Amino acid sequence: MAKIRVITKPEVCMGCHLCEVWCTVAHSRSKDIIKAFMYEQPRAQPRILVEEDLPETFALQCRHCEEPKCVAACIAGAMYKDEDGVVLHDESKCVACYSCIMACPYGAIRINLETKKPLKCDLCKGLDYPYCVMKCPNNALEVVVEAEEFV
Amino acid sequence: MRYDFVVIGNSAGGIGCVEAIREKDRESSVLVISAEKYHAYSRALIPYYLDGKIDFERMYYRPPDFYEKMNVDTKLGVKAVGIDVEAKKVLLESGESVEYDKLLIATGGKPFIPPMEGLAEQSNVFTFLKMDDVLAVEKAIKDAKRVVVLGGGIIGLMASEVLAKKGLEVKVVELADRVLAPVVDEITSRRVEKKFEEHGVEIILNNTIAKVVGDERVEKVVLRDGRELETDMLIVAVGVVPNVEIVKDTPIKVNRGIVVNRKMETSVKDVYACGDCAEIYDFIFGANRVLPLWPTAYTGGRIAGFNMLGEEREYTLATSMNAMHFFDYYIINAGLNVPNDSEEFEVIYKQEGDSYRKFALKDGRIAGFIIAGKMERAGIFLRLMEEEIDVSPFKDKLLKDDFGYIDIPEPIRWELLEEKVKLGVVREI
Ligand SMILES: Cc1cc2nc3c(=O)[nH]c(=O)nc-3n(C[C@H](O)[C@H](O)[C@H](O)COP(=O)(O)OP(=O)(O)OC[C@H]3O[C@@H](n4cnc5c(N)ncnc54)[C@H](O)[C@@H]3O)c2cc1C
Repeated sequence: MAKIRVITKPEVCMGCHLCEVWCTVAHSRSKDIIKAFMYEQPRAQPRILVEEDLPETFALQCRHCEEPKCVAACIAGAMYKDEDGVVLHDESKCVACYSCIMACPYGAIRINLETKKPLKCDLCKGLDYPYCVMKCPNNALEVVVEAEEFV
Repeated sequence: MRYDFVVIGNSAGGIGCVEAIREKDRESSVLVISAEKYHAYSRALIPYYLDGKIDFERMYYRPPDFYEKMNVDTKLGVKAVGIDVEAKKVLLESGESVEYDKLLIATGGKPFIPPMEGLAEQSNVFTFLKMDDVLAVEKAIKDAKRVVVLGGGIIGLMASEVLAKKGLEVKVVELADRVLAPVVDEITSRRVEKKFEEHGVEIILNNTIAKVVGDERVEKVVLRDGRELETDMLIVAVGVVPNVEIVKDTPIKVNRGIVVNRKMETSVKDVYACGDCAEIYDFIFGANRVLPLWPTAYTGGRIAGFNMLGEEREYTLATSMNAMHFFDYYIINAGLNVPNDSEEFEVIYKQEGDSYRKFALKDGRIAGFIIAGKMERAGIFLRLMEEEIDVSPFKDKLLKDDFGYIDIPEPIRWELLEEKVKLGVVREI
């Protein structure tokens, strides 16, 4: 098992928003960019966001905090940290009270325009690799392998 | 019976404590005692349940196998009636007692019922704080058309919204000259009142119930100004007071709530308290006060848990914070509730349609804020407050609808983001 970090590199971020585009694809049903944007209803939405005040830009998503404030604040038990340390959101339990939005120090929880429920990065759980990192054309998002443990 | 850790209360505070203990230690013996018979549930969800937004199962705060997984014993539906701090024992209603090495009191709040002439135990008078309350209200509304809600605070208004949506004719009686008066400013109160009026709810201000009429059932309430309201139900939602009965005959110091230090210790060794029953240090208010909020209860319980295990931790960042919504009008606020004409604080605000952003600054630091309308990223303001960042160099930007870290000048921005954002987060694969 390896621990990975996702890091953002503002100095090389071009502000192309492709991380948002591919985050959308990663959270679509088909994982196909054309289907995700043209046909799937409701359209998936990105959980990463690009902060920009041109020429400065950088991407920001949930930091999966060691002690997540969103989890402490969630009145519904919908936010939780799983065994891998990923902070996840169980939409079926969520009542859209926005306590997590109030609590997140990074402002990294977005709102689903369709359901009005919070939307957050799940580090592409279930997929091979975080799409935002994989598709960033200029390596402004990077995965760094921190430690490896061999079982 | 003897346990290393005994927790009285099976809600936000109690669960926060149990989870902290088990994060560090699987072996110690833990007992959770709760007067309510239910598996850990969230009382903050009762309006959503009544509304039909979630089913009964989703009221549970943690999965069904929670206690098993946490390896804790429970006594649910068992009331604790006293504490012998000398013998380190919790006394139960059944006459039994449980010995503890460390104890957490997380007994929460209880409803405050103001005196009203004629109020006896009428069957159609309800509070709105717990599972049994909402189940009773759910039953009662089946054959009710009109309801009077006493109290225009968050809980009273949440109940009113749901009852109005269910087709009842709702009247809210509030003593102050506006709803939510202690929580938000006047602009926000008026907007909320308007939302209710648009949805057919009458808000009666500067008034209270002097008398209730009816023996078995309340049939009518008489207000202080003589106005009479016929009704099929009365919901009393005036407020919650700390439930501190259990420490009555102990030396544990109580002010309004059980007084705790930043380690969540009470005045008696090995006894901790948190949540709605306690009074903790509010870093913005600058003194201890009761902060009856879910996040504070959970975090307080968590900090208590670490300290109970011997791992020193302090709760230094508690303050008032609310995320609320009425008829889809969302409001988030935190810190002090400052009027816009304050002389003590510098108040900046922007109002545009339904969107409202207001900040009260003191020496350049955010002492309180209200965000309504566009909610994304509101947590950044709480962070700026917690870190006591001097926002004066970029204060105008705070009012931008899409305020973000990019609006915080360097180097502060990267000081706030460096560790987590530039250096990354951890996921195991
Ligand atoms: C309708 C409603 C909506 C709310 N919405 C929000 C919201 O959106 N955001 C927010 O921050 N807060 C909200 N709150 C407040 C929040 O629910 C409380 O702050 C929180 O529940 C406090 O947790 P606690 O653990 O201190 O105590 P409580 O939740 O009050 O639980 C007390 C526990 O102690 C047990 N207990 C009490 N006395 C005894 C005894 N003598 N012996 C044994 N057990 C005992 C009870 O059975 C219970 O398990 C809301 C509250 C209500 C009622």
